[in-house]
Amino acid sequence: MLDLTAHELAKKIEAGEISAHEAAATANARVGEVENDVNAFVTTTPELALERAGKVDAKNGDRRFWEGVPLVVKDVLSTRGVRTTCGSQMLKDFTPLYDASALTNFGEDLIMVGKANMDEFAMGSSTENSSYGVTRNPWDLARVPGGSSGGSAAAVAAGMGWWALGTDTGGSVRQPAALCGIVGLKPTYGRVSRYGLIAFASSLDQIGPMTRDVRDSALLLQAIAGHDPRDSTSANVEVPDYLADLEKGVSGLRVGVVTELMGEGIDPGVREVVQKTVSGLEEAGAEVGEVSLPHSRYGLAAYYIIAPAELSSNLARFDGVRYGYRSPDASGVHEMYRKTREEGFGDEAKRRIMLGTYALSSGYYDAYYAQAQKVRTRIVEDFRNAFSRYDVLVSPTSPSVAFEIGAKTDDPLAMYAQDVCAVPMSLAGIPAISVPGGLSEGLPVGVQLMSNHFTEPMLLRAARAAEQAADFEFTLKP
Amino acid sequence: MISEEQVRHVANLARLGLTDEEIQRMSGQLGAILESIDRIGELDLEGVPPTANPLNLTNVLRPDEPSAELSREEALAIAPDPVDDLFAVPRID
Repeated sequence: MLDLTAHELAKKIEAGEISAHEAAATANARVGEVENDVNAFVTTTPELALERAGKVDAKNGDRRFWEGVPLVVKDVLSTRGVRTTCGSQMLKDFTPLYDASALTNFGEDLIMVGKANMDEFAMGSSTENSSYGVTRNPWDLARVPGGSSGGSAAAVAAGMGWWALGTDTGGSVRQPAALCGIVGLKPTYGRVSRYGLIAFASSLDQIGPMTRDVRDSALLLQAIAGHDPRDSTSANVEVPDYLADLEKGVSGLRVGVVTELMGEGIDPGVREVVQKTVSGLEEAGAEVGEVSLPHSRYGLAAYYIIAPAELSSNLARFDGVRYGYRSPDASGVHEMYRKTREEGFGDEAKRRIMLGTYALSSGYYDAYYAQAQKVRTRIVEDFRNAFSRYDVLVSPTSPSVAFEIGAKTDDPLAMYAQDVCAVPMSLAGIPAISVPGGLSEGLPVGVQLMSNHFTEPMLLRAARAAEQAADFEFTLKP
Repeated sequence: MISEEQVRHVANLARLGLTDEEIQRMSGQLGAILESIDRIGELDLEGVPPTANPLNLTNVLRPDEPSAELSREEALAIAPDPVDDLFAVPRID
């Protein structure tokens, strides 16, 4: 059963060959086998999974196709009655009062394997910023799984559940998917409701599927997408059938390789895998060319102003008053705020709160935040130009394969550089997907495909063709 | 570079306690980060409109209709220090 993809398992559950309860028990048993080595979870929920699986089985014919397949949920998504930590001491005993809309869309009786580990408040590219221990890459336990959705990626790669939800602000679904050899999709901004997603940067955050293959990605997006009156930024755009066009191939599709993301700073082994995948798409009938995104070199700088600015506002809510941690020994309210935040936040959260507060402070606002918002406009225009000539763009997902634990923890800038290929798409709000293209240094390389707003059906179709062209087969690790 | 005095000022704006050692480290690290993002100043963006939201949404409104939301009991159940149906805090100084 562990060798099946999510849609294959869903089919067997539908046919009555496997029960949801058996699936949940299998996931729980796999957690028992490998979680000690991988540490993909902050909290596991084996009894809840079995109880809900029982309910799904009892529904018989009256259930959606995907409902019986156990899911891993990143610990930034609110789950009613189940502790939700965001990888932080600030929320170590926080139990949400409601479920995120993406989860209730999936199903009332969502069979959850557990809450996946992550960088604190989703800030990081290695899951080393978690207050609950580092998650290890199932391909090589001495290496990071990427981040911030590293726990979700590692759980899927290790078969602790068949699929997972992550969140992506500047690559946090795509980069860990690339480093763990799975498929990670950041949908169009607004495609999936952010209600119940504990906010990092509100104009960038998006929930996305992390799966074994592209068909599972399409299926999981189908399960969670849709307009939500509770999220004013969720898009009131009809949800199409993401599976209908999946096998239609790339014949006649115009594919542009992003020049700026195939040069300096990208490991040669990574470039080689991307080039091979592009050749595969060409052989499958795509028209291939090169495309320039001239402002992408400013993407990282703009991102590291806009995201910290937004998070410094969003994280102001953690003040020890209404929920979460409160420092026990403060004599006045201001000391209580300062101590609560000093003791509750980790290093990276503090660094980014400081960076964002500085960028928004009097005298610096125009030079940083206002300028970054204009750069964002230029980046949006770059993509608009590119999509007037190409249907799909291609680049690496991450500049390197998985690096060793501890290799970048003392150098924030080296860590931020991990996001260089991922942030322009986040700033523009377009959908982007990482598909395993092959190996370099014995480790998986992700190929990133992107397309215009709300064109996920075409993007998934191209990603499916890339997956077929790739020199890669999903196998359970470790 | 960003001075330790500036770091203290910003930390105060953010209501964030930092140790002396953290202030020293933060001064160097923030300085390096700011230096690398200063490159956006190279671009002449006079007259370019800002982008705040990738879908350019403005004023999304819903009908203002009352409906059942969280009860007071539920909201206070997860509070660090609920007193008399209210959120209590230490002395306001």
